[in-house]
Amino acid sequence: MNLTLLMYLVPSLIMFGCGVYGFLTRKNMIAIMISLELMLNSVDLNFVVFNRYLFPGQMDGMFFTLFAIAIAAAETAVALAIIINVFRVARKVDINELIKLKF
Amino acid sequence: MESLGNIILYFVVALVIIVCSVLTVTTRQILRSATYLLFVLFATAIIYFQMDYPFLGAVQIAVYAGGIVVLFVFAILLTHQPGKDAQRIDSTRRILGAVAALLGVAACGFGLFSYANFCGRQLAEAHSWSIEEIGKFLLSTDKFGYLLPFEAVSVLLLACIIGGVVIARRR
Repeated sequence: MNLTLLMYLVPSLIMFGCGVYGFLTRKNMIAIMISLELMLNSVDLNFVVFNRYLFPGQMDGMFFTLFAIAIAAAETAVALAIIINVFRVARKVDINELIKLKF
Repeated sequence: MESLGNIILYFVVALVIIVCSVLTVTTRQILRSATYLLFVLFATAIIYFQMDYPFLGAVQIAVYAGGIVVLFVFAILLTHQPGKDAQRIDSTRRILGAVAALLGVAACGFGLFSYANFCGRQLAEAHSWSIEEIGKFLLSTDKFGYLLPFEAVSVLLLACIIGGVVIARRR
């Protein structure tokens, strides 16, 4: 039995599907961020697996993943700062209850 | 032909990824959701180690598991009372989300399995990159060099630091 490319893409696909489901159904802003991290992580996994299977002599996919991790960390830090600040002002983090900016 | 240990490791990691990512989005308590996310990130790091990218696995553990999840836990504990359940998700929204996610997964899965020949290729023997080579590629301006994105990311991180300070400052 061999480990093929498909066998790594299937868990990544399911991870992405879970991220989409959580992003659409959750109302808590932090839970939405967690779903977003799942989606980003599955894309990182795809980059690495494709790089390793299709171009084993290069490492462009690895660098893409490296930069994606750095950008995801920065984005999460700023997003959580915004969420905590919103909580300090409005005392809630549910997107259904935060309607002050609604037109 | 892979070694038996590699295959067993793959199945354990794939199972952990699938089960924990489903639990991440279905569990009611948000702190548990963050914990399951941590397990998914660790399993991904194990796949990186298995693919012969030890540097990437170390970065995944240090930045994702060590940085982002801790940040999430801090934010959750600052904004929630521990042990208090979150509200239920109404069923129409849940069904709509499940339909959208399943449609996407089905379309991508159909694409994957219809290219089964392409996706069935084996793991080729690859050069294992040392940290020295990674550093040289990261800071070179040659054909495969990544100096420009490296500098762009450093500017982005500076912007994020300034943004975080400005947002978090008390007025």
